[in-house]
Amino acid sequence: MTHAAAHYTSTGLDNKKLAFWAFIGSECLLFGSLISTYLVYKGRSVVGPTTQEILNIPVTSVSTFDLLMSSLAMVLALAAVAKGDKLWARFWLGATAFLGLVFLGFQFYEFTSFVHEGLTLKTNLFGSTFFVLTGTHGAHVAVGVLWLLTLLVRSFQRKLGPEKALNVEIAGLYWHFVDVVWIVIFTVVYLIQ
Amino acid sequence: MSAEHASERAHPGTGTYLAIAAVLFIITLVEVGVFYVPAFKPVLAPVLLVLSGLKFALVVMFYMHLKFDSPLFRLIFTLPLLLALGVGIALMFLFGAFGLGS
Repeated sequence: MTHAAAHYTSTGLDNKKLAFWAFIGSECLLFGSLISTYLVYKGRSVVGPTTQEILNIPVTSVSTFDLLMSSLAMVLALAAVAKGDKLWARFWLGATAFLGLVFLGFQFYEFTSFVHEGLTLKTNLFGSTFFVLTGTHGAHVAVGVLWLLTLLVRSFQRKLGPEKALNVEIAGLYWHFVDVVWIVIFTVVYLIQ
Repeated sequence: MSAEHASERAHPGTGTYLAIAAVLFIITLVEVGVFYVPAFKPVLAPVLLVLSGLKFALVVMFYMHLKFDSPLFRLIFTLPLLLALGVGIALMFLFGAFGLGS
């Protein structure tokens, strides 16, 4: 538990953490609506390309594994910051950001290859719902990477000691949420065709 | 420190985090494996949804520490999640995604 820099509300819980869980709750509704829209329009495209023709499962499986491992790196970063282990904190924060960038690289590759194969946002219902859903998720990953890099810079400035572990825990909550959203997207969009 | 604050338990250690990562990796392998086995075709969707739900729960409980933190956090997360799930299922019925509606 990381309570060093906490400001407690009348609930006895830290206000930042409480607010962040509320934000994550709202994000559930955002992604819930995007996933629902994808499912509602699934299989209703009048013209191709369709899911079976275009999705690359082996490549996406690797990027899914990459994102899962970034979640491991994130919890290890939090544990290192809480212990005051600066070296490992920097290593794991850097590793998490790097794995996030690798995921974005996979997504960039996927999007460009789809466009070359004729699938854009305007091609059909699949293209519209797929790009909006995975693009929104990718934007969240990009924000997470920037957040992690900010924490890494703060660590190098010697401003990320155990008393700031709560900040890392909140960044971690965001990162893991992005991971669980991808777990759902990978199953619903890629595997269940 | 209030009673609720005191109800939070210590986060798990590195060993638990590594074990969870191993389980997540294995489940992902099984998911991809099941996808390529023709025999699983009739039950593909339910099997994958269960496996995905398991991964989701593991990350939320252990990596997001919901298993160890205050029950209020659990409530704040679970209620919107259930609402999103309910709205999604309702929309799918309304738009005939299950082959029952329009």
